[in-house]
Amino acid sequence: MSADLHKLDFSGSPINQSLSADDKIELYRKMVRVRRFEQAALKAYASGGEIGGFLHLYIGQESVAVGTLSLCGDNDHHITAYRCHAHALASGMNMNECMAELYGKATGCSKGKGGSMHFFAPDKNYWGGHGIVAGQTPLGLGLGYGLKYKGLEGCALSFMGEGAVNQGAFHESLNIAALFEIPVVFIIENNGYSMGTSQKRSSSYRGCLAQRAEGYDMDWDVIDGSDMYQVRAKAHIAMERARKQHKPSILEITTYRYYGHSVADANYKKYRTPEEIQKYKDNHDPINLWRQKLITEGVLTDASSKEIDEAAKKEAEASVKFAEESPPPTIADIMDDVYWESDHNTEASKIGRHFFND
Amino acid sequence: MSRELQYRHAIREALDEELARDENVVIMGEEVAQYNGAYKVTEGLWQKWGCKRIVDTPISEAGFIGMGIGASMLGVRPVMELMFWSFHSVAFDQLVNNAACVRYMSGGLINVPIVMRGPANGGTNVGATHSHIPEGLFAAFPGLKVCAPATPADAKGLMKAAIRDNDPVYVMENTLLYGMTGPVPDPADGDFVIPLGKADIKREGSDISLIAHGRSVLHALEAAEILQSEHQISAEVLDLRSIRPLDQDAILETVRKTNRVVLVDESKGFGGVSAMVSHLIQEHAFDYLDAPIKRVTTLDAPAIYSKYVENDQLPNPKRIVEQVLTIA
Repeated sequence: MSADLHKLDFSGSPINQSLSADDKIELYRKMVRVRRFEQAALKAYASGGEIGGFLHLYIGQESVAVGTLSLCGDNDHHITAYRCHAHALASGMNMNECMAELYGKATGCSKGKGGSMHFFAPDKNYWGGHGIVAGQTPLGLGLGYGLKYKGLEGCALSFMGEGAVNQGAFHESLNIAALFEIPVVFIIENNGYSMGTSQKRSSSYRGCLAQRAEGYDMDWDVIDGSDMYQVRAKAHIAMERARKQHKPSILEITTYRYYGHSVADANYKKYRTPEEIQKYKDNHDPINLWRQKLITEGVLTDASSKEIDEAAKKEAEASVKFAEESPPPTIADIMDDVYWESDHNTEASKIGRHFFND
Repeated sequence: MSRELQYRHAIREALDEELARDENVVIMGEEVAQYNGAYKVTEGLWQKWGCKRIVDTPISEAGFIGMGIGASMLGVRPVMELMFWSFHSVAFDQLVNNAACVRYMSGGLINVPIVMRGPANGGTNVGATHSHIPEGLFAAFPGLKVCAPATPADAKGLMKAAIRDNDPVYVMENTLLYGMTGPVPDPADGDFVIPLGKADIKREGSDISLIAHGRSVLHALEAAEILQSEHQISAEVLDLRSIRPLDQDAILETVRKTNRVVLVDESKGFGGVSAMVSHLIQEHAFDYLDAPIKRVTTLDAPAIYSKYVENDQLPNPKRIVEQVLTIA
């Protein structure tokens, strides 16, 4: 299905026609920045031992977050799972605060309290960054509920991996979204593997995973994630359906991750062949494809694309330096950010004992 | 002036007043609107406030609780009814990972001004799955606040404080209290709010302290009467009202006054609220104790169905008196 769709040209859709040359370059820049950021993070993780815990890389999937989030306006909100770095940078968060968070530093976006899986920027309508598979899908539903409750014309994008589609919380969210007519778009980033288990070994489905929407009387679509124009054209339709009609949708965006489920995934070259990984890198890489397209369109040149790449690399290197030089949180910091009332020293926070440290 | 109100009507009055005070307050849950509430706590609110403010949800706790948490991040102030707190288990990820932790994991960028409420008690002949008493469980998660009112007035006042609080507050009610009546101040006399974290002496005494919360407070009061009339023991009854924040000062004060204490707690002994209270007393008032701290908790098995022994599994006045007599 994706092979056929790939032949279709979505550059003529109105939402893509409206892109200026600068807009198109900006999409390229964002994807490159995401990749360079994550490559720098991987390097730091592997060499220095400075980054702890998990590190779920988005490398290979960049067009999904960058393409969909490029459609967001002031009243559009989004939330995702633990593969969250791309959504953060695409929302406008800077590399320094993100890298410092990976390093567990006080200058991190979550002050070193969240780590790789828990980036947030509510001021940029980005609500995380969540660690439990599908646990964020009801929250995404709630963001849509909040928009509708407040009478705002906007939508919530609730991202997840395809491994999330078998969790109960996801199905409960689908039912309520359709039943209550909530302006939410559920976006399945389908990279084919829930950790080491392929889609065919983990999900029973007819046609595709998004088709499960039919059981909830909901619209759905499948998108070739390697095609930026297609991502934008189809996501725009679903987002407008949500904003204007309060109708939810499921979008399944096919994509591929070059690295493991996380860097702790020791078998990522065992449950799939090196040839398969190479095939995606050679033929489906979203950044390469977009660059070629822009060069063909005369928007970008080899030289200007290299400049963008070099700048992103430098920015990423600088963020590593920033993270390395940043101070860690203190032991006293552990006890902040537990309760809003305590953080704001309100009257309520002074009544009774809130914390139970011996 | 105060009027006699049923516990359920006191809660309803709190909800009604907060719905009027803040347009962001919305009541959600199973059967809360058109059915008028499984326990009639929300009776009449849907007729008065309509579908936007009073929302029936499907039986889908993980879905609608999570939805409420997500909406609260955007500034809606949902009051979610769990038909039974026992159903927390199917929404546990939302109640704990999302409601309790999202503020912390975001470095304080987000807050979750939500209330989860519903009955949490045994003693209604419904077996183990519907008789969980999880106030100690949820109080164990920093980021959450928990209270368990015993009287209609406390139920109203604490509910209003819970709704106004900018953190998630889990209110544990009791089906066996819903029909009980008690004085509740008249709204005409002013806004009636009881802050979280403030315990209340429900009966003054000098020989022993009975520390309890929720329905156990009523058992403690009954036991105190028996102790006075049959054993000439003067028992003080301290109602914790709020579990987290916890009024440690009030706990220590009554212990220092009577030097003997029996903790009455409908949760189980292992890790229950009374386990925490007991620890605080031994740490901060050890020298004031003339006897070991004793407890009356629910007998340590899943809740039995049989009505013949169900009340013997739970704290009750007889068990409290027996325990008091071992140290007084």
